[in-house]
Amino acid sequence: MNKPTSAASAPAILNRDIKTIVNAGLKRRHAAETRFRWYGLIAVSLGLLFVVLMFGNIISKGYPAFWQTYIQLPIKFDPAVIDPQGSRDPKTLESADYAALVRAGMRQMFPKVEGRLELRALYGLVSSNAALELQSRVLQNPALIGAEQEIWLLASADVDTLVKGNIDRSLDETERPIKDNQVGWVDKLKAAGKIEKQFNTILFSSGDSREPEMAGIRGALMGSFYTLLVTFLLSFPIGVATAVYLEEFAPKNRWTDIIEVNINNLAAVPSIVFGLLGLAVFINFFGLPRSAPLVGGLVLSLMTLPVIIIAGRAALTSVPPSIREAALGMGASKLQMVGHHVLPLAMPGMLTGSIIGMARALGESAPLLMIGMVAFIVDVPKGLMDPATVLPVQVYLWSDLPERAFVERTSAAIMVLLAFMILMNGLAILLRKRFERRW
Amino acid sequence: MPTLQNLRRGGRFRIPGDRAMPFYLFLSLLLFSTGAYYLGRKRAFAVSGGQIRNLHSLPSFYGSYTALWCILPALIVFALWVTLQPGIIVDLVVADLPPELHNLAPDRLNLVVNDLKNLVSGNFVSSTPDPAMLAAADHYRNLRTIGNAALWVVVLTLATLGIAYAWRTISPTFRARNRVEQVVNLFLIASSTIAIFTTLGIILSVAFESILFFQKVPITEFLFGLQWSPQTAMRADQTGSSGAFGSVPLFAGTLLISGIAMLIAVPIGLMSALFLSEYATPKFRAFAKPTLEVLAGIPTVVYGFFAALTVAPFIREIGTAMGLHVASESALAAGLVMGIMIIPFVSSLSDDVINAVPQSMRDGSYALGATKSETITRVLLPAALPGIVGSILLAVSRAIGETMIVVMAAGLSANLTANPLEAVTTVTVQIVTLLTGDQEFDSPKTLAAFALGLMLFVVTLILNIIALHVVRKYREQYE
Repeated sequence: MNKPTSAASAPAILNRDIKTIVNAGLKRRHAAETRFRWYGLIAVSLGLLFVVLMFGNIISKGYPAFWQTYIQLPIKFDPAVIDPQGSRDPKTLESADYAALVRAGMRQMFPKVEGRLELRALYGLVSSNAALELQSRVLQNPALIGAEQEIWLLASADVDTLVKGNIDRSLDETERPIKDNQVGWVDKLKAAGKIEKQFNTILFSSGDSREPEMAGIRGALMGSFYTLLVTFLLSFPIGVATAVYLEEFAPKNRWTDIIEVNINNLAAVPSIVFGLLGLAVFINFFGLPRSAPLVGGLVLSLMTLPVIIIAGRAALTSVPPSIREAALGMGASKLQMVGHHVLPLAMPGMLTGSIIGMARALGESAPLLMIGMVAFIVDVPKGLMDPATVLPVQVYLWSDLPERAFVERTSAAIMVLLAFMILMNGLAILLRKRFERRW
Repeated sequence: MPTLQNLRRGGRFRIPGDRAMPFYLFLSLLLFSTGAYYLGRKRAFAVSGGQIRNLHSLPSFYGSYTALWCILPALIVFALWVTLQPGIIVDLVVADLPPELHNLAPDRLNLVVNDLKNLVSGNFVSSTPDPAMLAAADHYRNLRTIGNAALWVVVLTLATLGIAYAWRTISPTFRARNRVEQVVNLFLIASSTIAIFTTLGIILSVAFESILFFQKVPITEFLFGLQWSPQTAMRADQTGSSGAFGSVPLFAGTLLISGIAMLIAVPIGLMSALFLSEYATPKFRAFAKPTLEVLAGIPTVVYGFFAALTVAPFIREIGTAMGLHVASESALAAGLVMGIMIIPFVSSLSDDVINAVPQSMRDGSYALGATKSETITRVLLPAALPGIVGSILLAVSRAIGETMIVVMAAGLSANLTANPLEAVTTVTVQIVTLLTGDQEFDSPKTLAAFALGLMLFVVTLILNIIALHVVRKYREQYE
């Protein structure tokens, strides 16, 4: 490789020349090096900044939603309103006009308020849920009738927003959802200690509602649960079986090649296309009901399948061949070898992969829009065929609503969603750390 | 005013026992087959005469064999029955309807059947039920009760017969293990074909509806038309009643938003991958890499929310401060947030690729006196280029198929523009808007969504195939 150099006669001069050339450029090159390094650092910092920004934004918007404003009112369980005949018949008790009791309580708090419009504004401070609350108390304990109690009742969403400081009081009255006289009453109640923020149990105990203060995520949570249940029950056994077949039994031929390429491609198909498949096949062709968790689970399991298969195959390949040979040497059949030895060793890896796949399915919403899981559903679903929605779709639905209180609830729902995802991913990591064996 | 009671119950109630029936039957089948397992095992012990080595297979295989005979035939009949029963019952009830109802036109008859079903399940009915309908509903309920009872009897009889058959065949020379393994093998093979069927299902369902669509709208108009307004009018004489189905503005919008996303994601993703693999201390890398990957785990609907409620107003404010007109659903906001989402995708894929470049190449470069950055730009990147291109292509395909961010943050009107401050719409947004809500399956509006889906599928498939091929080729090069 040595080239005969023409300048061999003057190596010293050449050396010095190279040195000066190199030294001359060194400053520039080192500057470029530092610059490049900074670009990299800036890129990473930007990425980390985005993470912080997203979480900070969601949490700062969402955490107030975990508290809800209540107003304490003196409620007189007037027998003339609830049960004029005194029969204590549950049906009468159930259909009584409890809203009247709430109105009476409000009037008692503010005896000076008069006039239809004024009164209506006053009654608007309390949520329509208050009547339901009184009803359930009376039904549980009919002895309440005739008594007088101070009861904490749910405030309306506008009052809640005001109390949380999200309504600009300096705005003109007409631009605020809550009027000057209402602000005055709220301030009076606050001064009297009759307004309080309590932990928001409604968020976790009720389904969707048009009234922000009464809307909860229980329906969506149950919908997500049923959908994921179907997804797991279908995709885990099928995924494991496919991985086992491809890795342990399948002959290496054209057909298995096709299956393999196919699975890799399926993993990268846009999720919305799976929604189209679900709509055309499960709903139109097989006539399954729209909005049902069953259909959602079917679609999501088709989406999760490639993830589980790929993770499962990786877990199977990491089991050393010596285990297989030892089992076969002891006279086990091929299926026994897989079932008794290889699969148990690969199981932690497979479970890790499936949990990650399930976490992804939990956050998926686009294909579910296609199969009608976007309806406004008040009832909490009780089975696989009930119309339902899922948590991410609930986020999507709420994010469309203009009320400030819904923005808060949307963020809170996102926090719950993220908490579940972190939980699932944490479980996967734990599983991997605990049970994964290095050979 | 609705009564409180109705508010609370959502105004409906159901008979609980009837719907859970298949579930209980399934449960009892499982119980039966568990019993069958023990029976079969016991039988194997019995025929072996106390000497297990006389048996061809382990006793548990005889148990499994019996259990399979118990559950498989019964399950098949069960599944067929449950799918066919409702249709048969409706036919029987319709046949027994009084003639004036029976002879209605098919679509009117459908309404009657729907009313009937509502009546049976106790929902509200559109009109006050007349006696004939009530009688039919009773008839329906009766038939259903009979059908369900028969199902129980048939399925459980089959299960018992299966056990009896297996019981009779078990003998010391009977090859139970081979039989059981055959069944398991069949199950494994069947499972592995599901992926194929999924692809086939996607292609068929999308292609079928697309063909219907192209019969109504010429394919050239769809591919090259510059107008997109799928709202077909109710009446023929309304203005703009025809509806225009030129998909060019949608693809232009998709490309614009994906382009913005890639402008964010590629430099940041690539530079962070380079920094983390070449410069960062192991400690920093162990912290930063998983943290960046958190971005990949956040559901897309969260990004959409972030884009629509935080980024878009922010950009609009900045724009107005600079005297620019910014649409409230600007392409910039959606693209920006989509870019953030794709950062970890680009960075982790390029990280793999960069790490696959052999250390000897770096060492050679350092030995020649190159600085780290020179090594990266002159040696590492050219060597890793095919892999990086592949991962960028995968990221592009991801961006094109992304739905929730654009549904929540991009516009609905199809503008043909390259201005990122204006609102554009994308293919996925149109699919969602065309298919959510009421739909009839023969209007070009609904079918258009499937045609768009076909285009989306084909484009992403081509991108994926090229990308996977490039990445695989590249990996082989250094292995």
